Amino acid sequence: MDLSVKLPGLTLKNPIMPASGCFGFGREFSEFYDLDKLGAIVIKAATKERRYGNQTPRVAETSSGMLNAIGLQNPGVDKIISQELPFLERFDTPVIANVAGSTVEEYIEVASKLSETPGVHALELNISCPNVKEGGIQFGTDPELAATLTRSVKRASNLPVYVKLSPNTSDIKRMALSVEEAGADGLSMINTLVGMQLNLQKGDPLLSNKTGGLSGPAIKPVAIRMIYEVSQVVNIPIIGMGGVTCAEDVLEFLLAGASAVAVGTANFRNPLICPEIIEELPQTLSNYGYNSLEECVGRSWKHVEEQSSVSRT
Amino acid sequence: MLKPQNMQVLQNQKIAQDTFELKLTGPQVQDMTEPGQFLHVMIGEGWEHVLRRPLSITDVEHHVVTVIYKIVGKGTRALTEKKQGDSIDVLGPRGNGFPYQTNEDQHILLVGGGVGVPPLFYLAKKLVAQGNKVTTVLGFQTSSAVFYEKEFQGLGDLFITTDDGSYGHKGLVTDVFERIEKPVDLYYTCGPKPMIKAVTNHLTIPGFMSLEERMGCGIGACFACVCEAADTKDEKGYRKVCQDGPVFPVEEVML
Ligand SMILES: Cc1cc2nc3c(=O)[nH]c(=O)nc-3n(C[C@H](O)[C@H](O)[C@H](O)COP(=O)(O)OP(=O)(O)OC[C@H]3O[C@@H](n4cnc5c(N)ncnc54)[C@H](O)[C@@H]3O)c2cc1C
Ligand SMILES: Cc1cc2nc3c(=O)[nH]c(=O)nc-3n(C[C@H](O)[C@H](O)[C@H](O)COP(=O)(O)O)c2cc1C
Ligand code: FES
Repeated sequence: MDLSVKLPGLTLKNPIMPASGCFGFGREFSEFYDLDKLGAIVIKAATKERRYGNQTPRVAETSSGMLNAIGLQNPGVDKIISQELPFLERFDTPVIANVAGSTVEEYIEVASKLSETPGVHALELNISCPNVKEGGIQFGTDPELAATLTRSVKRASNLPVYVKLSPNTSDIKRMALSVEEAGADGLSMINTLVGMQLNLQKGDPLLSNKTGGLSGPAIKPVAIRMIYEVSQVVNIPIIGMGGVTCAEDVLEFLLAGASAVAVGTANFRNPLICPEIIEELPQTLSNYGYNSLEECVGRSWKHVEEQSSVSRT
Repeated sequence: MLKPQNMQVLQNQKIAQDTFELKLTGPQVQDMTEPGQFLHVMIGEGWEHVLRRPLSITDVEHHVVTVIYKIVGKGTRALTEKKQGDSIDVLGPRGNGFPYQTNEDQHILLVGGGVGVPPLFYLAKKLVAQGNKVTTVLGFQTSSAVFYEKEFQGLGDLFITTDDGSYGHKGLVTDVFERIEKPVDLYYTCGPKPMIKAVTNHLTIPGFMSLEERMGCGIGACFACVCEAADTKDEKGYRKVCQDGPVFPVEEVML
């Protein structure tokens, strides 16, 4: 079965990629498998200056999920370009760079630097990190701000721009339409949901940041619902993510309306999860009677549309 | 290429209050030569527990690795259900252990507290085998929590302290330091942060400490387990416990 996927600016061998922040800059996972197997590599968020991030504890486990409040720790865009990205050039796998910032200017500066870097094939605008006071979430909850940011970055970069949406909003469709109109080439969804865990002994929040972003299988139904809603109203492709642990989950994301799928938290439990899913995917699709990826994408609602048009005639 | 692998449970028994000794075997035991490294242990089947748990290597003999763990939450409680013949998915050994290869004919002090005691046992064995004299100080909360007293006794002088005085010396590990035969050339310590702080404040000789932080990936990719570099001019400014540690020279990381 042909697993290749064409997205704006990207030709993927298969629809599977690691999610930003769960894969570092690829080096560690390259000790487990050949990164050429991946559809794409999404690197950890880059900001203009180096960021230390939050105090520890930065992670907690929840039922079928986890909370994280890393706080966008990264060495800064210049170091990422000089010290991290060259390592990925040896792989025949497109790199998507995740961009974060506190101001429109910071996003523009980081985006334009990354755009001039050979080996970066697309940008993912992180307007949805819930773990820093100024780090994108204000852009992720206000459709006007998100559109302004998208437009500015598009102007400053010649690379395709995927905007990563936050689920922490009351109207995800409006957000999606707003950034699409501003020129986004695609969407990534979803980022983590804001959550909290308490320390029973001390009685206070367990994470030093108090709140953290919930990820893992626990959030999959939220991701599926949001992709189902958004894919029906936009004309740009969606990279889906949120709790993927197996090839069947990938199928569900495709059916909901995603064109490609990212795997985050599951990498922590099983560092080989991405190549394992890629290997299982053709068999899983055919087990459910599908012969191609295309016929799956958005089938959850296209199918219903077809049926109702049949019943009308 | 690395990969997580199933290990077979040979034994999983209670050795002190809320404390279990787990013996595992598998092909990766042959790589477990460095004391202070840890195993990143998967909990349960399915996806209820998305994170692995870091547990130190307590001892390695022939094809068997021993791990000692204390029940502190859901993951360690679930581990107690494992029976002989069951398998456990293990990633590791991971991290950098205690540097020990170059020490010979020295007097070395080991200071451990609670679940920081386990990695010191494998270290003590290695150090003694290389002709060093080892003195060990172990701190526990109370008498029922004490474990591996006999095992350590066979390796040199041993002092045990308990917080409530129900066993050994009452008080902190640092309270017995003046009774240790001098001179001491080097020390290694592992345990709760306040204890490590007290130990490093007390001693002026060179030392290494093993730190604990909550982990995500356990391989250096997620930035969950970082601690601040002590040198404010340090280029990175941080260290990852899972990848750069868990063992550090005492002056390298801020406590
Ligand atoms: C390098 C290293 C070596 C360790 N070696 C040992 C050992 O030999 N024996 C032993 O009993 N314990 C050891 N610990 C501590 C052990 O990892 C925790 O007690 C254990 O993860 C708790 O899991 P839980 O599910 O029972 O607790 P929960 O509180 O339910 O765990 C929730 C989450 O928090 C993490 N967590 C909770 N407490 C700690 C802690 N103190 N350190 C790190 N993560 C924590 C868990 O891993 C899990 O991700 C070590 C920790 C580190 C970092
Ligand atoms: C530890 C951790 C760090 C993350 N860091 C980033 C980040 O830097 N940028 C970003 O856009 N998303 C980040 N995310 C969000 C993930 O990319 C993903 O959107 C989310 O975790 C949902 O997918 P999952 O359930 O498969 O993990 C992070 C998630 C985790 C768990
Ligand atoms: S646990 Fe992920 S970097 Fe250390």
